[in-house]
Amino acid sequence: MADRPLQITAGLLALLIATLVLGTALALASQSGGASLHPADWSAIRFTILQALLSTAFSCALAIPTARALMRRRFPGRQALILLMGAPFLLPVIVAVLGLLTIYGRSGLLNAALQAVGIAPISIYGLWGVVLAHVFFNLPLATRILLNGWHAIPAERFRLAETLNLPSLFRHIELPMLRATLPGAALSIFLVCLTSFVVALTLGGGPKATTLELAIYQALRFDFDPGKAALLAAIQFAICTAAVTLSARFTLPSALGAGLDRSLVLRAPKGRKAQDAIVITAGALFLLLPLFAVLIEGLPALPFLPIEVWQAATRSIWMALASAALSTTAALTLAQATARKGSRLLELSAMLPLSASGLVLGTGLFLMVRPYIRPEDVALPVTILVNALMSLPFLYRLLFPEAQALHAAYDRLAQAMALTGWPRLRYLTLPRLARPLGLGTGLAAALSMGDLGVIALFAGQGQATLPLVVQRLSGAYRMDEAAAAALLLVALSFTLFALCDLGGRRAAP
Amino acid sequence: MLHLDHLTLTVDGFRLSADWSIETGTKLALLGGSGEGKSTLLMGLAGFLPPTSGRILWQGRDLAALSPAERPMAILFQDQNLFPHLTLGQNLGLALNPRMKLTAADHARIAQVLDRLGLSGMQSRKPADLSGGQQGRAALGRVLLQARPILLLDEPFAALGPALKADLLALVSDLAAEAGTTVVMVTHDPADATRFADQVVLVHDGVADTPLETKAIFADPPAALRAYLGP
Repeated sequence: MADRPLQITAGLLALLIATLVLGTALALASQSGGASLHPADWSAIRFTILQALLSTAFSCALAIPTARALMRRRFPGRQALILLMGAPFLLPVIVAVLGLLTIYGRSGLLNAALQAVGIAPISIYGLWGVVLAHVFFNLPLATRILLNGWHAIPAERFRLAETLNLPSLFRHIELPMLRATLPGAALSIFLVCLTSFVVALTLGGGPKATTLELAIYQALRFDFDPGKAALLAAIQFAICTAAVTLSARFTLPSALGAGLDRSLVLRAPKGRKAQDAIVITAGALFLLLPLFAVLIEGLPALPFLPIEVWQAATRSIWMALASAALSTTAALTLAQATARKGSRLLELSAMLPLSASGLVLGTGLFLMVRPYIRPEDVALPVTILVNALMSLPFLYRLLFPEAQALHAAYDRLAQAMALTGWPRLRYLTLPRLARPLGLGTGLAAALSMGDLGVIALFAGQGQATLPLVVQRLSGAYRMDEAAAAALLLVALSFTLFALCDLGGRRAAP
Repeated sequence: MLHLDHLTLTVDGFRLSADWSIETGTKLALLGGSGEGKSTLLMGLAGFLPPTSGRILWQGRDLAALSPAERPMAILFQDQNLFPHLTLGQNLGLALNPRMKLTAADHARIAQVLDRLGLSGMQSRKPADLSGGQQGRAALGRVLLQARPILLLDEPFAALGPALKADLLALVSDLAAEAGTTVVMVTHDPADATRFADQVVLVHDGVADTPLETKAIFADPPAALRAYLGP
């Protein structure tokens, strides 16, 4: 058939991804032979799961009243607030951590307030700091998923409930919706928290608050114990795979879903206005204060940033673009091939990176190349590759339905017109898919731009990316410069995203 | 001659068989109710559906190995006959060269075809900017430029009103007569068949019957046609 080259390319690509991910697992398993688990490692496993469970529970529990309040109230800035809740997905973790430190840190606003009224200061470091940061990221995500759930309820059902004068809207409408959306939401949040590295690196640490990811990093970077790193990474791999396999049973919700503009009349119960106002204000402050703090602290220092920061920024930009190009090309190839032939194996390969974290993949690749090449020599290419792999599942999920719709509508016409290969890509696929391709490239670029994982393992002299520079500056307590660099990082990430997304929209017919 | 030699097509457990031939230049209507397999037969002819058994021959040559684009056929679908993001000029250009490397002569041919179809100077319009009737004409322009000896029509004008549909069918008739094109048209409307076709194939109960002269078949309808036409 005419699309054989595509199928062959996609097959090879799937093989490459499987080799990278499963080869990593194999390398980890084979190199962890000599190492054994110490009590500290067991406590890292326990802490990893405990913090992920707590973060998931708090994010989901708080999302329910927040989504409900947003659903039944109309106020100026509501749309902006909902839009803003999508931002943490693209927000570099290190920036958020910096913001949280400014509010809740040792000399932050909260402790200053507590001190003024004579209460002993609290510490953000440890379990509760890690959970706080994770809730900061995932509460908005969960809220958006639940809002989507609310919006997906047919208006007829609300009208039916009203005509029947049902005593409990919760039992007959909200509860079934929660039952359908919450398990999937909880699992995706659990996965994110399980593999989060930067939060543990900055707010965790010590015997009581070390996650597996952090333990891997320490084993490689400080103890030079590759066997131990391999063993820990293999365990992390196994836990992730278990969680992903479990989540495959649920339809994972997409927080990126559009359609939050439909206005639905949800009648608010009387006398709850104050309660809703408090919930919405608290949620908005929780989200906005840390971001404002970075802005206010960083802005004055922005013009005086050292040259290294600008160099790192340039490096980060081209790495993000390279990684986004790789990831988008791979996702488009796999999505197109699956849409035409529907092979589950291709789809599986696109989802495979979910079963590992960036740091675990990086560790595996490090161990694989170590006998032949100095890791510093390949730090940048490996980071680009790992970041591309980590965005692949998101991009695939974004592109596949679009590729499928395109195939259903125009494949026969294209076949009848002998439109194959490059002309088909140029005159049919790229123009018809410009919008999701732009959005996907933007997402991948922003995710890669803000990522701080693999690069922290390998970066040699003069190889730091912008997030790593932010982390080093804040580690050295040069907080003004750290905030300014963080501000630059956010601005660049969102600009990259916006430019790609806009480019896609412009190019769309 | 188009020859269906003990042809069987299968889709999701539904079987359709046909075993007959028509002369070059015939205008044939495939008539039958929805779900009887008219479109299935057309997709088989066009090469989107490989035969379960039997052969399709054109001028004695088996078409089995040919892809839809390589077959001596052009097809008009029920919808999606033009790419909506491309201009008329580009859509018609693709019919001449999928790589869109068009010579001055190609451009002249496109302009000529548009003139013939009453779409003069509309090269830079997109399909959405045209009326339903104009879109139908533009799609015809596409198959005209493909210049294949067989034209397959899968009820392409069904969404248009009766007058427009009759206009377009008359246009197809004229163009087919000019070029000696063999036309196979799917329709559920007996009026289309009487107006347009030289011969009619009834499609019913998993069989595409042997073609009969249009006048003869309506003058003395077989049982299956009587059942389809109703009292």
